[in-house]
Amino acid sequence: MDAAAHAIEYEPGVGLPTKKLGMWVFLCSEVMFFTGLIGGYIVLRFGAPMWPIPSQTLNVPLTAFNTFLLICSSVTMVLALSAVQRGDMGKMRGFLVATCVIGACFLGVQVFEYHHLIVVEHFTPSKSLFGSVFFTTTGFHGFHVFCGVICMTFVTVRAFRGRYTQADHEGVENVGLYWHFVDLVWIILFTVIYLI
Amino acid sequence: MEISQTGSVHVSPRYMAIFWLLLGMTIGEVLIATYVPMSMVVKILVLVGMAGIKALLVALYFMHLKFERVSLGITVSLTLVLALILIVAILGQWIFHSPSVEMPPRHAAPSAQK
Repeated sequence: MDAAAHAIEYEPGVGLPTKKLGMWVFLCSEVMFFTGLIGGYIVLRFGAPMWPIPSQTLNVPLTAFNTFLLICSSVTMVLALSAVQRGDMGKMRGFLVATCVIGACFLGVQVFEYHHLIVVEHFTPSKSLFGSVFFTTTGFHGFHVFCGVICMTFVTVRAFRGRYTQADHEGVENVGLYWHFVDLVWIILFTVIYLI
Repeated sequence: MEISQTGSVHVSPRYMAIFWLLLGMTIGEVLIATYVPMSMVVKILVLVGMAGIKALLVALYFMHLKFERVSLGITVSLTLVLALILIVAILGQWIFHSPSVEMPPRHAAPSAQK
């Protein structure tokens, strides 16, 4: 079979590489997952006779800083992809490392926030309805970030081994899609849970 | 210029400009939520609107949805429509919640769980 036939097989119906299409379909299912969580939050919040003011329980400035970290990591991720698309492998590796480090910092701040809330403030998941929905929603998001950091580390190691080229960088693009999605979800969660 | 895996070539968006925009809007959100006095409904509309714009910027420019094929955009849009239907249905449940439905008394809750 010649190269042209391979190229045709490579493109499915929607004209995207199979792995990238798979990642998008996965992200679509994740949209519904987080919509369910946010929907549950709306039902519980507006159905409850009393609801605490989030800023009086939660540390909004600290979380705003965490949002800043996640936005920064999204920028470094997209710059890594831009670098590999331009054939600049050195910059790609640097930006991937930066994304890993910033993502880990986000998790560190979240662990610190949880520790402070549970140990110092005695604000636990079983304390109230707000506590339950807060830890469930942000906990699931944190788990997604954790998985993202693991995947990002894997891609970074492969990048240092010279696995990616200007013509073949699907791994970087796909993990980037996942990472930006995690950032996008946090943008919504930060507003809905911490600010409103 | 950037070349994607599908071979499409597009001008690199100004990523740093989008970053500063996202950062500015985040600071604006925190300031509005903390210091600007307004009714709860208006505050919700403003903050959710700003969060929606930020999410759209991330999807269009960082996830390159703006430069992808139309078919992918349609696929993703359909998901967002489904998500929106779910949220609207849930909000409808809250808005049209019957006030005649009474919550069970607090002391009855433990026995009901047994």
